[in-house]
Amino acid sequence: MAAVAVAVATSPGWPEVRRAFFAGERFRDSLPDIAAAFLLNVRIFLIAEAVILVTALLVAVLRSLSGPVFFPLRALAVGYADLFRGVPTILVIYLLGFGVPALDISGLPRSPLVWGVVALVLVYTAYVSEVYRAGIESVHPSQEAAARSLGLTRFQALRHVVLPQAVRRVVPPLLNDFIGLQKDTALVALIGPVEAFRQSQIEVAATFNFTPYLVTALLFILLTIPMARLTDWLVVRDRRRQLAGRAA
Amino acid sequence: MTELLRLEGVRKSFGREEVLRGIDLAVDEHEVVCLIGASGSGKSTLLRCVNLLEPLDSGRILLASEETTRPGVDVNRVRRRVGIVFQAFNLFPHMSVLRNVTLGPTEALGLPRAEAEARADELLRRFGLAEKRDEYPDRLSGGQQQRVAIVRALAMRPDLLLLDEVTSALDPELVGEVLALIRELAQGGMTMLIATHEMSFARETADRVCFLDDGLILEEGPPETIFSAPQEPRTRQFLQRIVEAGRL
Repeated sequence: MAAVAVAVATSPGWPEVRRAFFAGERFRDSLPDIAAAFLLNVRIFLIAEAVILVTALLVAVLRSLSGPVFFPLRALAVGYADLFRGVPTILVIYLLGFGVPALDISGLPRSPLVWGVVALVLVYTAYVSEVYRAGIESVHPSQEAAARSLGLTRFQALRHVVLPQAVRRVVPPLLNDFIGLQKDTALVALIGPVEAFRQSQIEVAATFNFTPYLVTALLFILLTIPMARLTDWLVVRDRRRQLAGRAA
Repeated sequence: MTELLRLEGVRKSFGREEVLRGIDLAVDEHEVVCLIGASGSGKSTLLRCVNLLEPLDSGRILLASEETTRPGVDVNRVRRRVGIVFQAFNLFPHMSVLRNVTLGPTEALGLPRAEAEARADELLRRFGLAEKRDEYPDRLSGGQQQRVAIVRALAMRPDLLLLDEVTSALDPELVGEVLALIRELAQGGMTMLIATHEMSFARETADRVCFLDDGLILEEGPPETIFSAPQEPRTRQFLQRIVEAGRL
């Protein structure tokens, strides 16, 4: 770390870079507008997250259904997860954000913002469904057998016995995916909406000083750090609980 | 005597291995039948078949003269009448003792919560578990967990109770409390089919003992006959080993 710092500070271009990226005055001037635009990132993130939590669970449940009857649903879920984990997020955003409004179908929203959010939901649902699925598969089959032996239906066993245990186990990796989602809200800027990253581009273009990018980076870090600490805390708490459970 | 359960020519294979090779067995109401035999002789599979947790390859099972293995039978309705308790307890770790016991009655039987809780409290009190009602399973001893598991099955008011080596996973000093509970149930007239390695328990509690060997009921009769004057050489051999191990 120290070596890198020294290497940077003694590099021939450092005085120039410092002026371009670390201008205190530009920092103060651009902060209010970028912070206001950042609220859009937060909104995108909160809406997308709420939707993803539900849709991903649905996909994971479809994929965990056993029996030949459910093969088409399972195949659909697998195909969906493969497709949207395979295509780069930025492409999904472009395709939906520019493509769907161009179709000119009445009744469908034309706002690129809406389709940007839909793209994020589609991509992250694919990831998060895999996390849920890992959780579902980690619940021992004897738990479902115990529930079914009481006469509970498959759905009741899933709802009351399997899912509550599965979800509890995957909260840390789930939050980890949401940290990724927070950052990727910046990609929506590429189809138009003025969120923090777009706002900082505007500021940079006006003054030819890059400090606004630094402002945006700091805002994102401030948002993700609490999430990262929360994740760590949950992991530690779970480990402690497991140890306590074994000791009892 | 009214016949409650009848198995006719029950066969079951897992892959190439035939675990049950034509089981015929009848259990009367209020009768306690113990299944003894070496591990792998098919005792557990037999019980799981009766509870419809495993589908049969051939043969049929009748509960109160109604065939439960006919295609199209509502398995959940059958399971509500047939309780099963597992070797590994299989309590739901994310639920309190009370909720473990009320889950079946509220979800499978559709009982109002208050009524299910009253029923659960009465059973917990009767079996000395009243003060554990709000605890979680990992705070209980193995013996207590297994007693809760039995109470959970009883809360459904089953016609028939299947016990699958319910003391095998317990520390020796905890076996007694579980066996005492089962004895009490036997005295109360509960019809039970019990797979067990506890020979002295089988001897004193069972109305009839069946010796399973390699997927067949090789010999059955009153406990005095089976334990004192077994006819089949394999039965004699098995009991001889049990005596040598100091377990009878």
